[in-house]
Amino acid sequence: MSSKDSVKRTVLIALCLCVVCSIVISSAAVLLKPMQTTNKELDRNKNVLIAAGIFDPAINTNQDVPRLFAEFTPRIVDLDAGAFLTAEQLSDLGLDPATYDQRTVANDPALSDSLSKPEDIASIQRRVKYATAYVIEGSDGNLETIVLPVSGYGLWGIMHAYLALEGDGNTVIGIGFYDHKETPGLGGEVNNPRWRALWPGKSVYDEDGEVALSVVKGVGDGDHEIDGLSGATLTSTGVARLLEFWLGDDGFGPLLANITRG
Amino acid sequence: MSESAKTILLKPIFVNNPIALQILGVCSALAVTTSLQVTLVMCVALTVVTAFSNLFISLIRNYMPSSIRIIIQMTIIASLVIVVDQFLQAFAYEISKQLSVFVGLIITNCIVMGRAEAFAMKNPPLPSLLDGIGNGLGYSIVLVVVGATRELFGSGSLLGIEILQKVENGGWYQANGLMLLAPSAFFIIGFFIWVLRNKQTEQVEHNEFKMAPHTIEEVAH
Repeated sequence: MSSKDSVKRTVLIALCLCVVCSIVISSAAVLLKPMQTTNKELDRNKNVLIAAGIFDPAINTNQDVPRLFAEFTPRIVDLDAGAFLTAEQLSDLGLDPATYDQRTVANDPALSDSLSKPEDIASIQRRVKYATAYVIEGSDGNLETIVLPVSGYGLWGIMHAYLALEGDGNTVIGIGFYDHKETPGLGGEVNNPRWRALWPGKSVYDEDGEVALSVVKGVGDGDHEIDGLSGATLTSTGVARLLEFWLGDDGFGPLLANITRG
Repeated sequence: MSESAKTILLKPIFVNNPIALQILGVCSALAVTTSLQVTLVMCVALTVVTAFSNLFISLIRNYMPSSIRIIIQMTIIASLVIVVDQFLQAFAYEISKQLSVFVGLIITNCIVMGRAEAFAMKNPPLPSLLDGIGNGLGYSIVLVVVGATRELFGSGSLLGIEILQKVENGGWYQANGLMLLAPSAFFIIGFFIWVLRNKQTEQVEHNEFKMAPHTIEEVAH
């Protein structure tokens, strides 16, 4: 056998290869990181705009996103207290609304709670303590639009969406799913503009203050119910449960109640 | 371009197609072909990876200890795939989101590994590069045919532009949901192979066995 199969040679070649490959990979990762972060942020911001009905993919392009998004202020919500965190609380907790990402801390025991089976109707297992909402405030300081991040299990995985409500904390402006794994053409239709067009104008709560906004099989009633997606029963149920959880007492319910009272 | 280089580049497209004849890399052909745009990006990604993995493996083929040769090939392929994935996330974020795990799965795509082991280990760098590009193109042509058929009949559009107006959007076309599910890709690949083998009859495999004639005369019931 030639010397290239000796143990020394084998180890040397393996070592050289590892060093070269790791340099190539790490330089690609480091050099491209800023662009990737910008892309992720752009994508998230765009979905906030789509939910709020400000961004129309047929007219607007990605270049419009920063200008349109400038209207929004990110605010961190304390879900248990049902209030926005004040500047003081933010610095105590070391959170920055511009960079806080609730999806990366979803498994952090310090920043999230595990949910018991009966509580966990949306099957998300853990719920963050603080969530980022995007708000537009009118000139008189009144809340005009509030965009809430919501998530819940569909058929194949967790669906993430933004739900935009008017300042009364009750009237729906729109919804936009930005990350889901539903079957294209069936459950994937959650992002079909024609289905999303059923949402604006619906009310979240009924007269008794219970969450009434839901997705039902067949044709929904006028005020609260949205027609289910045909051929996607489990996805529709998932969306209904996601609404029930995030608009209820464990989700943004307390915050929305406070807004309406205030 | 010399005659042999041309053969190396063009042969895998129809004559020795990696999917239709070698039946390699079918898994990703099922998964990423629901829309044409995603399919095209996947094709480019795979062609780049196959071409460069062939090139690099061929460059170091004479220094490769045979005991760890597969590990070296895998390391090179995996590194290339990670780099391609990083580029996609930086320059084509929307599509990289749709491709999600399938870019990473190029690592295990049999075409890449198969060409590295079957061709690049025995040939000089330039022919290996051409062989990689050729096999990438052979994979691409099948994927584009499958992707175009599935998107056209499953969603009534091509590259996201509506061609057959769907009932949901006030048109006449009732989309064929089966086209969006994985089995339809099997059918289309099957048809592709059928058409190809009708044209190139030498690709038809010989029967592996032949039924022997009956040994006793059949009795009428």
